[in-house]
Amino acid sequence: MRLDIDTYREIADSLVRNRSRSLLTGFGIFWGLFMLLALIGGGQGLKSMLLKNFEGFATNTAIVWESATTKPCKGFKEGRRWHMSYKDVERLRKMVPELETVTPVLSEWGITAEYGTSTASCSLKGVYADYANIESPKLKYGRYINSTDVLLERKVCVIGKRIYTSLFPEGGDPCGSFIKLGTAYYQVIGVDFNSGNISINGNADQAATVPLPVIRKIYNRGSYIDIICLTGKKGIRMSSLEERIRQILAREHYFDPTDKQALFYLNTEQVFSIMDNLFKGVNFLIWLVGLGTILAGAIGVSNIMMVTVKERTTEIGIRRAIGATPKDILSQIIMESISLTLMAGSAGIVFSVLVLQTVEKITKQSTFQINFWTAIAAAALLALLGVVAGLAPAVRAMQIKPVDAMRDE
Amino acid sequence: MIELKDINKTYNNGQPLHVLKGIDLNIEQGEFVSIMGASGSGKSTLLNILGILDNYDSGTYHLNGTLIKNLTEKQAASYRNRMIGFIFQSFNLISFKTAVENVELPLFYQGVPRRKRHELAMQYLEKLGLRDWAQHYPNEMSGGQKQRVAIARALITHPQIILADEPTGALDSKTSKEVMALLKELNRTEKITMVIVTHDSGVAAQTDRRIHISDGLIVND
Repeated sequence: MRLDIDTYREIADSLVRNRSRSLLTGFGIFWGLFMLLALIGGGQGLKSMLLKNFEGFATNTAIVWESATTKPCKGFKEGRRWHMSYKDVERLRKMVPELETVTPVLSEWGITAEYGTSTASCSLKGVYADYANIESPKLKYGRYINSTDVLLERKVCVIGKRIYTSLFPEGGDPCGSFIKLGTAYYQVIGVDFNSGNISINGNADQAATVPLPVIRKIYNRGSYIDIICLTGKKGIRMSSLEERIRQILAREHYFDPTDKQALFYLNTEQVFSIMDNLFKGVNFLIWLVGLGTILAGAIGVSNIMMVTVKERTTEIGIRRAIGATPKDILSQIIMESISLTLMAGSAGIVFSVLVLQTVEKITKQSTFQINFWTAIAAAALLALLGVVAGLAPAVRAMQIKPVDAMRDE
Repeated sequence: MIELKDINKTYNNGQPLHVLKGIDLNIEQGEFVSIMGASGSGKSTLLNILGILDNYDSGTYHLNGTLIKNLTEKQAASYRNRMIGFIFQSFNLISFKTAVENVELPLFYQGVPRRKRHELAMQYLEKLGLRDWAQHYPNEMSGGQKQRVAIARALITHPQIILADEPTGALDSKTSKEVMALLKELNRTEKITMVIVTHDSGVAAQTDRRIHISDGLIVND
């Protein structure tokens, strides 16, 4: 192949000669690439926006809580209420050694938080120190509840982001201040900025976390607990423990271990795998649609090049008569095809980057933009498509004999 | 220069058509020859074979001492490019290229650098009195001018032979004469072998040697 300015000029000439045709054909490629990249970017942006909801939340977690039975068992009628107690926590700890953390939570709802003249509505969450293994706090100020707080039943609290901004609108470190939560005063020891939307009995940013025994005493909660949170040791799948945990609690509280309603067992692993499958499906669709559109564009290019070759039979014949080798003709047609796809495709890449950038600006998230290597891969794909699209027409052009130039007259 | 021995050619488009039935022909360096014949006599086929645009079935064809037989497309292209210049009835200029670009084209396929081939093309256009028309497109020129551009394109590679297929077929009588005079002059001054296919006896009369072909055979030389 002769690399010469005229080679490029010739390509540009023949593309410009049929300007509207080139534009329309190029648009297919442009749109295909734009679709693929915009969808990839949009998919990954949405995925990370959704995953943000799980922020600070251990992925190997299960939560159990009780509800009225729905099956009769051991002489008890269905519809019986039962309650989990602190003994169940001990039981699970002892009987399921695969569990890393077993920690109960008590909650109180509709609490008003007051500081000076500011108020905010919040929920109270009574926890032990190891609750941090379940929902890891993102402490902006201060510290989390520790075991001494629990042991001494200190009236201390870690407040969520929204409570903090409502009660302390001027900002600054609130640690040491006393705020009123419901009926009692608590000293603020920390501010938790965790903004994940997964909520265990209340959104983290609207919750005030206090030592569990404090709530138990102030609200007369006796020996019943609301929920038990569990995390498994490393490498343990929480779903594999479900059966045993049901068995243990069922034996103690006389409900049918197959009664899924009596004991809810929420396994984050399930939630994550549902999400994962969802995004696998979405990704598959993205690639299907994107590649399909690009392919349609490439077929369009191929088709138009076919027409062009047919139209240019005489011209190609003349070229052959005055000394062009079949390879010269082949490379000319393929170069035209590559130029068309590359130009249109690059425009598609640029346009999709622009659109994704705008989306990032609007949503204030920085996870939509495709990365550099995706763009490079897309460009390589384009060049390949150009060759493939140009191949059939180029072979057709190569078969034109010089005598055809004269025959056509 | 050109040596044809017992050339046979049959077209197999449906019914086999025996077009050339044993052509023997010798053309020496610097001759000015015309090939005449009615349409369908095989003269265009003969020209295509001479120009390595088409294959023949049997016989031998030596061009400048080289046997032209069973060439690859690439070899054929290279021989056409370096040894033969073509002039066609319908000029066969590329319509979206200017005169000078058309003339340059054979050099482009030889790989001559851009500046050099442009210079050469301008020289040849000047020689044929078309300097002012260099940047014009074929559809802006008259028939005679177009044919002169085509002649310049044929000459630019310094071919040993120029093959002309009805070079005056699309021209009026005045420009026909001019073109013939030009070809004659080129033959005299540059010593280029000219083979002109025509059915116009007026054109043939201006050549030094007339070959009549009829029904695939040379009947009169």
